[in-house]
Amino acid sequence: MIQDLLTNAISAITGLHLRPASSSARETDALLFALIGGTILVLGLVFGLMLYYVVRYRHGTKASRDGSDAKSWRFEISWTVATLVVFFGLFVWGADLYVRLFQPPANAIRIAVTGKQWMWKAEHPGGQSEINALHVPINQPIELLMTSEDVIHDFSIPAFRIKHDVLPGRYTSLWFTAVEPGTYNLFCTQFCGTDHSQMGGKVVVMEAPAFQNWLETSRTSVGLVAEGQVLFTRYGCSGCHAAGQPGMAAARGSLSSVRAPPLDGVYGHPVPLNDGTVVIADDQYIRDSILMPARQIVAGYANQMPPFAGVVSEGDLVRLLAYIKSLGANR
Amino acid sequence: MAEPRGFQYASAAHETDTARAGMWLFLASEMLFFGAIVYVWMVLRITHPQGVVLGTSHTNLILGSINTALLLTSSFTLTLGVMRARAGQGAAAARCCLLTAGLGVGFLALKGLEWGLDLHEGLWPGPGFAPWGDDVGGARLFMCFYWVATALHGLHMVIGVGLLAWAARLAWRGPMAGRHVTAVEVVGLYWSFVDTVWLVMYPLIYLVARP
Amino acid sequence: MSRTSTVEDLPPSYLNKENTLFSWLCSTDHKRIALLYFGSITAFFFLGSAGAALMRLNLISPAGALVSHEGYNRLFTLHGVVMVWFFLVPAVPVTLGNFILPLMLGARDLAFPRLNLLSWYLFITGGLITLWALFWGGLNTGWTFYTPLSTNYTNGHVVLAVVGIFISGFSSITTGVNFIVTIHRLRAPGLTWYRLPVFAWSLYATSVIYVLGTPVLAMTLILLAFERIFHVGVFDSRIGGDPLLFQHLFWFYSHPAVYIMILPGFGVVSEVITAFSRKALFGYKFVVWASMSIAVISFLVWGHHMFVAGQSIYSAIVFSLLSYLVAVPSAIKVFNWLGTLHKGHIQFEAPMLYALGFVGLFTIGGLTGLFIAALGTDVHLTQTYFIVAHFHYIMVGGMVSAFFAGLHYWWPKITGRMYSDAWGRVAAAIIFFGFNLTFFPQFVLGYYGMPRRYASYPPEYQVWNVLSSAGAVILAIGYLTPLFYLSYSLLRGTRATENPWEATGLEWKTSSPPQTENFRHIPTVVDGPYNYPPPHSPAAPRHG
Repeated sequence: MIQDLLTNAISAITGLHLRPASSSARETDALLFALIGGTILVLGLVFGLMLYYVVRYRHGTKASRDGSDAKSWRFEISWTVATLVVFFGLFVWGADLYVRLFQPPANAIRIAVTGKQWMWKAEHPGGQSEINALHVPINQPIELLMTSEDVIHDFSIPAFRIKHDVLPGRYTSLWFTAVEPGTYNLFCTQFCGTDHSQMGGKVVVMEAPAFQNWLETSRTSVGLVAEGQVLFTRYGCSGCHAAGQPGMAAARGSLSSVRAPPLDGVYGHPVPLNDGTVVIADDQYIRDSILMPARQIVAGYANQMPPFAGVVSEGDLVRLLAYIKSLGANR
Repeated sequence: MAEPRGFQYASAAHETDTARAGMWLFLASEMLFFGAIVYVWMVLRITHPQGVVLGTSHTNLILGSINTALLLTSSFTLTLGVMRARAGQGAAAARCCLLTAGLGVGFLALKGLEWGLDLHEGLWPGPGFAPWGDDVGGARLFMCFYWVATALHGLHMVIGVGLLAWAARLAWRGPMAGRHVTAVEVVGLYWSFVDTVWLVMYPLIYLVARP
Repeated sequence: MSRTSTVEDLPPSYLNKENTLFSWLCSTDHKRIALLYFGSITAFFFLGSAGAALMRLNLISPAGALVSHEGYNRLFTLHGVVMVWFFLVPAVPVTLGNFILPLMLGARDLAFPRLNLLSWYLFITGGLITLWALFWGGLNTGWTFYTPLSTNYTNGHVVLAVVGIFISGFSSITTGVNFIVTIHRLRAPGLTWYRLPVFAWSLYATSVIYVLGTPVLAMTLILLAFERIFHVGVFDSRIGGDPLLFQHLFWFYSHPAVYIMILPGFGVVSEVITAFSRKALFGYKFVVWASMSIAVISFLVWGHHMFVAGQSIYSAIVFSLLSYLVAVPSAIKVFNWLGTLHKGHIQFEAPMLYALGFVGLFTIGGLTGLFIAALGTDVHLTQTYFIVAHFHYIMVGGMVSAFFAGLHYWWPKITGRMYSDAWGRVAAAIIFFGFNLTFFPQFVLGYYGMPRRYASYPPEYQVWNVLSSAGAVILAIGYLTPLFYLSYSLLRGTRATENPWEATGLEWKTSSPPQTENFRHIPTVVDGPYNYPPPHSPAAPRHG
């Protein structure tokens, strides 16, 4: 394919290598190469005309200068319209790519990523966790759910042509499908302090059997969901939000007079709030409801839940989130 | 034609027109300055609606409203001053300027009182923040907006009072022609602007989100 | 033209009218204030360049050859803060603009000369306070001050730096007010709007952004300082604030700011290309309205700095479309400059070489802007050296070249001396070559993934980094060269005539250098701008 030829040619000239290793990377490169081609054409035109004019019309040449006061607006309209058309085309192409870059498919495996000065931690659903590395299987959509424990970072995988800022107090996400096995650079690309340039690692893309093997040998816990269930009790959540038995707090024997919204199947479904609005219970909603519950009170309930900001760590939040998502998942 | 002060002007009228144009342009930049903090209020209102309600409920509507009345009156007195200045009545114009300045000082005094009461009530968005209810965090952010907006407005008022005193002095001294009329007019423009900013701030701080 | 070397022999002008320190530091003469600014701007330029030189030296080695990580972070912060706020934002307007605008309008001074002097003092005060913050305390947040890094996670002197920048912002606002009012009110008789040279129009457009954009920066800096001192939570997500709010407020000013930097450059280039093609500007009205529309649209595109920051996809789409829109007027200008060259009588003195260099380098920079206005490719290229290369092509390859073009073009008018044109051409060539060698490799580095603001980097990027650093050495030599031949011209240069380039424009209808009051008699204008003889007429080429 022309694109592969160009990729290899540019690599040969520059001595650098960054083969597109994900499904979307090739599309990004296609647009990039089109832009490079267009740029070379326009530069050829501009530099060419400039050189031609300064040579032909330099002081003292006999070239004809008649008719130089011709009306200009025909040119103006044509090149303005041409420019607008080309630009609009580029905009549409780029926007289409971008929208798909940030719409993860439903069957993506979700990996939780936490950034903090100056390291990355990735946690797989099965409980495997890694520092400054990310092992993923080939040909499988992966969605990264990312947050920061301090300042704004950015998770960047140049080989996949993707990156996104990682913010404190919020979840942001990236998704990709790796198509070539190999090891690729991972960089932090939002200036985050002294060792910003050290905050990197490797993304390792493995064939399915090798990845399974890695999962087995790296298992460090029983899995995020199971750990989350333990934390759900330890932090006292089950005291009010008795799982599986909405409102039956008395059965758990504590805070029996508290009426708390049921969490069974809440994830991904609409939740009416007491100010009349309705929100979808996504990751951010669950997280905010744990850390700052007073911000969004469910309709028909009182503002009784204590805030857990500063009590629950980011790592524990990820586990609680995994557990709550698993509740009533077959609803 | 009266002689201008600056040699780049054709006449004194040319010079005074230009001074007015300069003040209008400067006020355009001030609109963007206060516009930025109004934008912050709008963002807070959308992202923390209940916090803004909680914060607003702790603002002092009575003092705020008295202050609004004071400022509106001061704009009236200043307009009178501009009319007197244009009619050549220097002493009367100077008196109007001083009266306006006095009303401004009254505003500032009440504002200071209000701030004292606010601090006593625990409305500084620091560790001792008192309000409790839905979305305390949002109320804190609303209070950040309140303190920054009122402090900046207050600073502009202090500068305005100084300018009014200066304009009054010029009007008292000189023949009421050319530059001195311009001084009163230009200060009048500035004062009206500061008043207008308050007319936008007042509903945002005290009225819109009041439960 | 005879050579003179004693002050007494010189005819009276604004330069020798009075020569006490007081007369210079308290002058309300726009020409003297312009020279005060020249000195300060030059000092800041060399300071910011020194920071860049140390950065490029450090990047010769992947592990960082020269300074610690913390040291490098302070260097790029210094480079950015000084270059953005104390060089690029003021540069052409406060030096060339201050000097030439009243002359170009046929006025004796700006509308508010004392305000002009105040502008300079605000600039210097702000500059000194910021320098104090940068050197005695150190600042390591980058010139963009993103929260919560700058509010909660740094021990640099953020508040002090922000106070300095805030004060210098008032310098911008007052200059902008002065220019707009002057252009409206002090034009010579007969100088209607469509007879104004494009440089005047470009200063008008720049001043609109000065007046309307800078106040938002002022408020942003106030909130930043408030947050840093009191930790109240405006930008702190732990208390419900939003770090993205800071970014929106910051870029609302900082994007129009880059148009503040480039618009005057467009104006200078229009003047120089017409003068050295001896031909009217092709499509004058289109160029004028392109400048004004850039000033307006520039306020609508700030979100393109935040495509991966966490704003909504819909906002990103709107900002991308508007960013493409703002590129159209710039493209129109480039085509119009080419049209001006067509069938002209072109001469290649130093100003023209710098202007032609501008057209080439700005076009490259502008075209690479298309890469990052496209959302899909921006995701890959943002925060890499591709961005660094893009904005340096525009700001250094473009803006600094335009500044040098204007400096060389109006040098005879300002100083009354001619410089060695041979040396001028040599410097222009060194700068063009050194610039490309420094910054073109950075496009390559960026595409291949090297992030920006990295004190150390993976070894595979070394070769291109070394190339870039080598280019920086050559560029430095190029920038130092004019210091020598321009200074020499002050002492030994041939005396300049009233109009050495035989150019049109009211500034060339008075002595070089001008009297304090600019004109004996204010001229009356009867022709349009750039009224050179038609190119096919025998009178067209320059005589001297």
